Amino acid sequence: MNWNKINRVLNKIPLHLITILLLIIWILPTLGVLITSFRPIELINTSGWWTFLSPKHSETERFTIDNYVDAIVGYRGSDSYLEACASESPPIGFNCNISDLINPRGMGRSFINSLIVTIPATILPILFAAFAGYAFAWLDFKGRYILFAILVGLQVVPLQMTFVPILRIYANVGANGTFWGIWLFHTGFGMPYAIYLMRNFLGTLPKDLFESAYLDGASHWSAFWRLAIPLATPAIASLAIFQFLWVWNDLLVALVFLGGTKPILTYQISNMVTSLGAGWHILTAAAFISMLLPMIIFFALQRFFVRGMLAGAVKG
Amino acid sequence: MAKPKASAVMKQGKLTPWLYLLPALIVMTFFIVYPMINTIALSFQNKDGTASAATTCKEGEPCWGIFENYRYALTEELDTTSFTSFWNTFWQSSYGNTIQWILIMVSGTVILGLLIALLVDRVSYEPLAKSLIFMPMAISFVGAGVIWKFMYNFNAGRTQIGLLNAIISGLGGDPVAFISNTDINTFMLIVVGIWMWTGFCMTILSSALKSVPEELLEAARIDGANEFQIFFRIMLPIIMPTVVVVITTMVINVLKLFDIVYVMTGGNFETEVIATRMYTEMYKNYQTGRGTAIAVILIIAIFPFIIMNIRRFMAQEAQR
Repeated sequence: MNWNKINRVLNKIPLHLITILLLIIWILPTLGVLITSFRPIELINTSGWWTFLSPKHSETERFTIDNYVDAIVGYRGSDSYLEACASESPPIGFNCNISDLINPRGMGRSFINSLIVTIPATILPILFAAFAGYAFAWLDFKGRYILFAILVGLQVVPLQMTFVPILRIYANVGANGTFWGIWLFHTGFGMPYAIYLMRNFLGTLPKDLFESAYLDGASHWSAFWRLAIPLATPAIASLAIFQFLWVWNDLLVALVFLGGTKPILTYQISNMVTSLGAGWHILTAAAFISMLLPMIIFFALQRFFVRGMLAGAVKG
Repeated sequence: MAKPKASAVMKQGKLTPWLYLLPALIVMTFFIVYPMINTIALSFQNKDGTASAATTCKEGEPCWGIFENYRYALTEELDTTSFTSFWNTFWQSSYGNTIQWILIMVSGTVILGLLIALLVDRVSYEPLAKSLIFMPMAISFVGAGVIWKFMYNFNAGRTQIGLLNAIISGLGGDPVAFISNTDINTFMLIVVGIWMWTGFCMTILSSALKSVPEELLEAARIDGANEFQIFFRIMLPIIMPTVVVVITTMVINVLKLFDIVYVMTGGNFETEVIATRMYTEMYKNYQTGRGTAIAVILIIAIFPFIIMNIRRFMAQEAQR
């Protein structure tokens, strides 16, 4: 009996070893950046992040939040923003007061821009998709099947197919570099997947429910708001997370339609990486600022995220 | 008796459904359908869409007439003087790189995703393990680009602060310039993609694996089948439809992939893929005709998958 048990445990050791090794490989890159973002600049450039606890750094400060301050205000000097502001002459382009938090080159400002882009670009498509999903699931009309099949096909149309014509129209109506321009674009592109998900979910709700509501004299309008929307909360949650992360993490659309006029987080970071050559201390902190919200949403609402994905995620 | 239609109980005006569809139809027509048609038209015109593409031909050079932008898009990166030069330049071109991306990234994410799904199914910390593998899906390609640029960091002649080069020098090797070494850099970028998307494959494949009936596996074990036989003879055939869906989804994702390459190399050092090349033509060279031609080539490559998706949808509907 006991031998069997020991045997079973021993048999499982390779399994645990491989699994844990894979997990370590997966988590190390992120961990390295997280630790680096809290290390002082001199240490980052002279020693590997894995030595962060090593006794040879005991004379200096091991950890600092200066990198985050520099990233938020967009200060790229070799000293830190706080040091620069404490010195005799304040750095050029900075006021050394609260107004630096929204300095256009900083992550603080881009964080706000990202929020301004993302929130309406999440709500609008869900609202439109809920209407359309209701029609596809519970209303009868000519061409319902064909139209939905086309929609399934549109889900995988690449963004690249649409940029030039939209940019031309936007240039004519003055929508380039505006928030409403990018809201509408994300709404249009989020539509096929959002409708697909809403229709499939609403279609699985019990038929009797709607039939008795209609018999009681409910109109479609009230059945939609009082019945369909409340019952569809799980689907709406999945969809909201998906669309939020999609827009928040997007670079290409922001690059094309907003550019540098209203830099969002991804734009700002890619700029630091590609052209301005900001140091690792700022880059790592900036990367974590941009990952903060997605991480919170992911770990808090993972189950909705997974559910939305299993419902058929072929978007983009 | 035929099933009554969903809305048979409720009288509806002829217009009602269309009112519900209207906002969605308007934005989709404006942002997807119309631009697609317009893009195809622009791909046959010159760089600012004012004349036919045929007018951009130069005398004494090859010309495909109205398809001139397609000639440029398809052949410009290639050296066709001999088969060897063609072969070599093809694998450095955006098309060759995109094919490498598809082959390595799709097989990598699907095999690793399947392996991890099988492994974590047998351990008690499955939810935690899955969260950690899946986490990169939640962050942006830009964030991932920073994370991996740091991993790949290369310092000539100084302390290595990138983990990979520190390991290599620790083992006595010479540090490697992962990003600029053209022999390996595309592969190194693909690793980033695999890191990000394995969690997606794992999640979907894991839920398929869990739907395989336990009695079937028990019966096979009693008959003396080992775990490998059980996987290849029983589980894999059952989850095959899901594997196909995951593969097609991944191929589409990889074809459209832009951010990783843009952030990590900007398409330099022979890492260009179709999506970044299109961006370069359009917004760096201001060659609208050529850029849209590349976009059309991209959608032609994706088209078979569009058809597959629609057919899969129709098959599902028939079962409902």
